[in-house]
Amino acid sequence: MKKVLLIIQREYITRVRKRAFLVMMFAVPLLIAGMTKLIAYVSKDSDQLSKPQKVKVIDESQLFSGKLKNAKNIIFIPTDEPVEKAKKGLDKDEDLSILVISKDYAHTPVQFLSKKKPSLVLTGEVENQMNEIASTNTMLANHIDTALLNQAKKNKVNVNALEVTDAGTKDADVGTSMGVGVACAILIYMSLFIYGAQVMRGVIEEKTSRIIEVIISSVKPFQLMLGKIIGVGLVGLTQFSAWIILSIIATKIGGQHATGGMAQFLVTLQNLPFGYILFCFLFYFITGYLLYSALFAAVGSAVDSETETQQFMFPITMPLLFTYLLSVTVLFRAPDSPLAVWLSMIPFTAPIAMMIRVPFGGVPDWQLFLSMGMMVIGFLFTTYVAARIYRVGVLMYGKKASFKELAKWFFYKE
Amino acid sequence: MLSIRNIVKEYAGHRALNDVSLEIESGKIFGLLGPNGAGKTSLIRIINQITAPDSGEVYFNGERLNQSHIEHIGYLPEERGLYKKMEIGEQMIYLARLKGLTRTEATAMLKFWFEKLGMETWWKKKIEELSKGMQQKAQFVATVLHKPDLIILDEPFSGFDPVNADLIKNEILELNKQGATILFSTHRMESVEELCDSIALINKSHKILDGRVKHIRNSYKNETYLLEYTGSKLTFDGAQPFSIVSETEGEDDSHIIKMKLNGSTANDVLQYLLPKTRINMLQEVIPTMNEIFIEKVNLTA
Repeated sequence: MKKVLLIIQREYITRVRKRAFLVMMFAVPLLIAGMTKLIAYVSKDSDQLSKPQKVKVIDESQLFSGKLKNAKNIIFIPTDEPVEKAKKGLDKDEDLSILVISKDYAHTPVQFLSKKKPSLVLTGEVENQMNEIASTNTMLANHIDTALLNQAKKNKVNVNALEVTDAGTKDADVGTSMGVGVACAILIYMSLFIYGAQVMRGVIEEKTSRIIEVIISSVKPFQLMLGKIIGVGLVGLTQFSAWIILSIIATKIGGQHATGGMAQFLVTLQNLPFGYILFCFLFYFITGYLLYSALFAAVGSAVDSETETQQFMFPITMPLLFTYLLSVTVLFRAPDSPLAVWLSMIPFTAPIAMMIRVPFGGVPDWQLFLSMGMMVIGFLFTTYVAARIYRVGVLMYGKKASFKELAKWFFYKE
Repeated sequence: MLSIRNIVKEYAGHRALNDVSLEIESGKIFGLLGPNGAGKTSLIRIINQITAPDSGEVYFNGERLNQSHIEHIGYLPEERGLYKKMEIGEQMIYLARLKGLTRTEATAMLKFWFEKLGMETWWKKKIEELSKGMQQKAQFVATVLHKPDLIILDEPFSGFDPVNADLIKNEILELNKQGATILFSTHRMESVEELCDSIALINKSHKILDGRVKHIRNSYKNETYLLEYTGSKLTFDGAQPFSIVSETEGEDDSHIIKMKLNGSTANDVLQYLLPKTRINMLQEVIPTMNEIFIEKVNLTA
């Protein structure tokens, strides 16, 4: 046990000390923060018109021109110029456009002429105002009291989606749950790959540098494998903790300045059972990692270089990739479908499938416990199989391993 | 020190060791000889508990070999290797701690060895920054850092330049003098004669010869003698008390005869030759380990 601790310590320290680890630790939250800022900026920018837009109004119907009100960055200029003459002015001014309203505006479309494509905000504003004016005109023509009507229109009904659970009703923020579910699935998927591959690379490094024989003369192969897996796993957990802490700090700072959709998202995020999701995430990350990294270690032990890993990697990564693709396309829309339930029970697919379901909150306790139990059995099983292959594999040099060969190794006596 | 009894080890249908028994005495230097693929590494791996035998036992100081003995064994594998990207000092300490030393003990021992072998400046260096010979030296230090009672060296001199090979050889002898038992496997026969007290020869998974080097060589004497005389070349009529194996011309009128005595003694030979010529030398030929090795291996082939 003391030796396993030593191995864990070495594996952990050599990795955490690497520059790449520190870079990742700060770069990823910065990247995420930067991207959300960028998205917020871009969406904000398209919200508004950056420059004042002049709109010349040629109104043949004489019903609108005086009634169009200037809005933010939109200036309406009524004019009597003929269309052809006004068009010439467009060449000189990019921010100028011409609104042509024919006499029979209800049947011939209103034309909006400009040098560049007008923004949706601009045309939308024009459309809104014209509709308003047109309907007011129609009402007046039919002797309807517009003031009274406007009063009546003030009644506004908001539909608020409520979900009935044991704990009472709560806001069903389906969008946020989806977002968190997909984010968890992606994070689990990526981290299983990243840290599994690190274990594999570590095993290959020990094998190709031939230090394996020195180490194996001091500790049992299983101790070395276990130490490596746990050491790398701790690196992963450190990375996650750092990210979580940094993002909490970032949202605390950024949250004060968050506006619009971003602020709303943050509010709904706080409504999610954060502790419950975090617990499930850590559980599925740890068990999923143990399950897959053992297999990665076995693969690493069977080959002499990283390029030879292809044939073994494929069957290992298939279930992961399969669930991941299903998750981000289908499962998040139907988190309680039979497919999702089944996938969240099978240990090889459960880490991703279950993490899609958990943020929705509808997973029955028995399913969660069954799935967690299966995960534990699953990783004990793969670790056992992997250890038997590993102990033979690490001492085999220059032998091209096949699946048949691996099966043989499994049955070797001590 | 080490008693190996009736070891059998099989790999997927191929028998690597077949009923091999050895006794390695405490404080001696023991040579494990054999051509490539004979089963030497398999046996060494069993002693290091890297693999377990299918049947048979190994006893270490009278106790059945177990995990607690690992700390008393130092192993230098034939395929050398260390963590390429790890600093040497840290790496050596790590390896020694895996063998049961505390950090302080390991650091003290490492200082001692680095000073002894002129490696003080290597402490912070990474293995990949060193030359191959330097890496070997570092690996040797890693092998003996935890003061093992039994040092197992698989082809210890391969990869060393003559200067460093000599340095390492002297270190091995010194460790032996301090009480460590050395087991080394090699095909370099000169080093066997020079260093080993006893040897075992393994070929095709069988032990075909073992014992003290002196005894073995003496037991392989086959009445062959070397004679050198000066003067005109002798002719023999068949009545001489020996048969001629070969005759060569030496310098300054001297002649050398390699002869085989068929039941007669050296005295008989001298008596026969004294009146005929001037004898410079008559010497019994004791076969070298190399000759015995080749003879035995070819015999069983």
